[in-house]
Amino acid sequence: MKLSVKSLIGLKELSRQEIEFILDQSASFKEINYRPIKKVPTLRGKTIINLFIEPSTRTRTSFEIAGKRLSADVINFSAAQSSLTKGETLSDTARNLEAMKPDLIIVRSQSAGVPEMLSRTVSTPVINAGDGFHEHPTQGLLDLFTVKEHKKRVSGLNLLIVGDIRHSRVARSDIYGFSKLGADVTVVGPATMIPPGIEELGCKVSYQLDPLIPEADVIMMLRIQLERGSGNFFPSTREYSRFYGLNLKRLGRAKKDVLIMHPGPVNRGVELSPEVADSNFSVILDQVENGVAVRMALLYLFCGGADEASA
Amino acid sequence: MEKGRSGMSRTKKIMDAEAIRRALFRIAHEILERNKGVDDLVLIGIRRGGENIATRLAKIIKEIEGKPVPCGFMDITMYRDDLYHQSHQPEVHKTSVNFSVEGKVVVLVDDVLFTGRTIRAAMDAIIDLGRPRSVQLAVLIDRGHREFPIRPDFVGRNIPTARTDLIEVVVDPKGKEDRVDLIESEEAKGKE
Repeated sequence: MKLSVKSLIGLKELSRQEIEFILDQSASFKEINYRPIKKVPTLRGKTIINLFIEPSTRTRTSFEIAGKRLSADVINFSAAQSSLTKGETLSDTARNLEAMKPDLIIVRSQSAGVPEMLSRTVSTPVINAGDGFHEHPTQGLLDLFTVKEHKKRVSGLNLLIVGDIRHSRVARSDIYGFSKLGADVTVVGPATMIPPGIEELGCKVSYQLDPLIPEADVIMMLRIQLERGSGNFFPSTREYSRFYGLNLKRLGRAKKDVLIMHPGPVNRGVELSPEVADSNFSVILDQVENGVAVRMALLYLFCGGADEASA
Repeated sequence: MEKGRSGMSRTKKIMDAEAIRRALFRIAHEILERNKGVDDLVLIGIRRGGENIATRLAKIIKEIEGKPVPCGFMDITMYRDDLYHQSHQPEVHKTSVNFSVEGKVVVLVDDVLFTGRTIRAAMDAIIDLGRPRSVQLAVLIDRGHREFPIRPDFVGRNIPTARTDLIEVVVDPKGKEDRVDLIESEEAKGKE
């Protein structure tokens, strides 16, 4: 299957068939992570630039490991040590990087739209590793992969996304991805954290968590991002936790095979109680593990191939 | 498995289900004779043409020896030497080798041996899984035209072909519909 897009900006742009194809391919790459020698020669001679304008450890490491296991050369580029701090514009930085002939640029930015803008500026394929409050497509795909692995399907499942929907690019990618694959998606949180018009992306909205718990197959708990000012949207973290935090008492009313997910890093005791985060229902570490497999598949699919001219 | 294509061509039946069954039995016996039984023996079928053939061989070996032989499957897409020639990336299938190949005698199984490039890739893939004691190659059809110094240890049938001919192999797990067809291209005939 040939993907209809050259760059991965969001799950909004992918069809159901394309998403399923990527998940399928990810399953084929996962096995490599269990080998004693975790390396295949597939992307030998390819150069991948990790352009992380917004700092990130987990996602960057995951992309870096994925690239290295496929034998690509992965270059990490962070804003702090770059000319962006000397006043160079982003498109100039991008053109300079392109002049060094990378095969793929992975970009993380605090501003929505940066990966899309870059993909129009340079001819190198771009993968969005999270941009502002827009999308985090690779997280959406690894969430889908993890749910599919545990539940054997996505279609017909009840997914709750709980917490700070307003500031969450993960929520947007999950809404697009899960609804395209036929899941029933509901976002839950304090009214101040539900952006107006979110239903148009294909989800339902609720302000009360408790009545929804018994029907949920998957509960995605979002991080309260205190460093981004989430704290201004509710009176106190204690109050937030009382209404929207997942603890053992709430979990007791859930289905026996419910999956608890979290994009990390977890604020223990705020959105998730430690007992829940460490319970058998939690697949948080599976998400991290699957992230490498999904990103390997994406690097393979977006990096390779001949130029149109030489094909 | 190679697929037929449109244009001028003529299909010739090379093997039927019965002939394939006999060839597989002979190969199974030869594998056992050469390796003196199933100790340390493992089979790895190359996806997707070698998959069903490896499964069938494992079944026959168990019938003969009364002992099972581990059988895995390997996809070699990630090891191909022509990835950068493709206009888009070929689909990767699952590798499932649920045993260690360390110190084992690995018999690679494929349907058709042609240029040898698939086998070259498969040997790289095996080495990444561990260090086998030796690697042997079993194929149902050897059609010639090698581009690498590779030769099979066990062959069902040698078939002389033109480079542009196609070989179509159907081997299902039950063995009911099995057949091998040679699809001769008229284009090649004209040149010869």
